Amino acid sequence: MYNFTFHRPTTVRQAAGLLSRNPEAKLLAGGHSLLPVMKLRLAQPSALIDLSQVEGIVGVELKGRSISIGAMTRHADVANSPVLKEAMPGLAAVPGSIGDPQVRNRGTIGGSIANNDPNADYPAACLGLGATIITNKRRIAADDFFTGMFSTALEEGEIIVRISFPIAKKAGYEKFKHPASGFALVGVFASKRGSDIRVAVTGAGSNGVFRVPTFEEALKKRFSPKSLEGLTIPAAGMNSDIHATPEYRAHLVGVLARRAVAKAVG
Amino acid sequence: MPAVSMTVNGKAVSGNVEERTLLVQFLREQLRLTGTHVGCDTSQCGACVIHLDGVSAKSCTLLALQCEGANITTIEGVALSDGKLHPMQEAFREHHGLQCGYCTPGMIMAALDIVRRNGNDLDEHTIREQLDGNICRCTGYHNIVKAIAAGAKNMKGAAA
Ligand SMILES: Cc1cc2nc3c(=O)[nH]c(=O)nc-3n(C[C@H](O)[C@H](O)[C@H](O)COP(=O)(O)OP(=O)(O)OC[C@H]3O[C@@H](n4cnc5c(N)ncnc54)[C@H](O)[C@@H]3O)c2cc1C
Ligand code: FES
Ligand code: FES
Repeated sequence: MYNFTFHRPTTVRQAAGLLSRNPEAKLLAGGHSLLPVMKLRLAQPSALIDLSQVEGIVGVELKGRSISIGAMTRHADVANSPVLKEAMPGLAAVPGSIGDPQVRNRGTIGGSIANNDPNADYPAACLGLGATIITNKRRIAADDFFTGMFSTALEEGEIIVRISFPIAKKAGYEKFKHPASGFALVGVFASKRGSDIRVAVTGAGSNGVFRVPTFEEALKKRFSPKSLEGLTIPAAGMNSDIHATPEYRAHLVGVLARRAVAKAVG
Repeated sequence: MPAVSMTVNGKAVSGNVEERTLLVQFLREQLRLTGTHVGCDTSQCGACVIHLDGVSAKSCTLLALQCEGANITTIEGVALSDGKLHPMQEAFREHHGLQCGYCTPGMIMAALDIVRRNGNDLDEHTIREQLDGNICRCTGYHNIVKAIAAGAKNMKGAAA
């Protein structure tokens, strides 16, 4: 790992100031994506701005009909939040499925979403619930936020502060875990909130997380795994690597979508 | 080089480190606490697991500077003050939960955190699932799982 300068601001404003004064700087949250990438010298920031001491960006809160999660909230704390488990257990299950216990003790929701790994779990939950990503500058709808693998709508100097998830009565996540890394080979988040039905897929697409309009349409008639029977998505556009072919990934999308809906109707 | 100070196994320590110094390097190379191992350096194997403010973490994926002011416990800090092995260490000895011993410090630190999260009565499934972040090349895990179940039981009542 190349060396860098290290900063520990205590407010979002200070962190933003440090970002603007250090052009090659990067924010450091849990460090469980960034530090491994720096060890490989795939990233070489001039400065790291540690968000761990920043006030007011940690915790899970019920706000009206939404769940608001601070960017620096660790995966384990989201998974175990009594408020969230009560309001929307389908969302609490997402961080509970990430990596291993030590990764969950350090990794954060803000880091995961900013990173937008094509196999990460949280992007599916954000898109599958129509979350809003709140930064120090603006509010971004999940539909506009994830712009391709490892790519987001975040601009230079922009810091995720919290994520707001509307509470869906029915919400479920089903993931086919890569047995070595724990990442999603394919993961599907399905939800129903009134007439808003969403099916979001991570791990499968060669361009990151995406929605499946044909599945959503079928579920409008009846939100039940039965409505998806026989439905598939084309293998074109699916990711291909040593772990799985595009055809296998496309197949998994159908299987996992039915299971996610089954979980959601529970 | 920036200064860093933290509490390690109950003692206040400080030193000067490069910004990129990992916690595990600070522990092993500066404090000479070589019980914490590096198996992979890629956040996969768990040989480097320590407790950071009471919670298990991989010290190869933490900067020393991220631990400024923190409370760290390493394998050297878990034995009882009278010099006796901690019940979890004793259980690994008793149940032959190690062969080469390379993974053992991380296994024990992870095991103590499993007890913190799940209590003293652990079934095999829970232990295996919660050991997801720890790799052992020798034992086939069978005796590690037995040791953790027994260690967890023996911690009940013991001043641990
Ligand atoms: C062994 C292992 C297994 C894993 N398994 C899984 C898995 O199964 N599923 C999964 O989804 N993930 C998995 N991960 C990734 C893990 O969830 C990471 O913690 C997460 O992707 C990044 O979060 P972080 O807090 O560690 O971010 P960091 O690594 O600190 O940062 C990641 C990126 O986000 C930026 N960033 C961080 N915070 C903010 C913010 N508030 N605003 C703007 N930008 C920000 C950083 O600058 C950096 O570019 C795994 C990681 C490891 C090491
Ligand atoms: S050395 Fe840290 S996880 Fe392997
Ligand atoms: S005892 Fe040798 S690696 Fe586990």
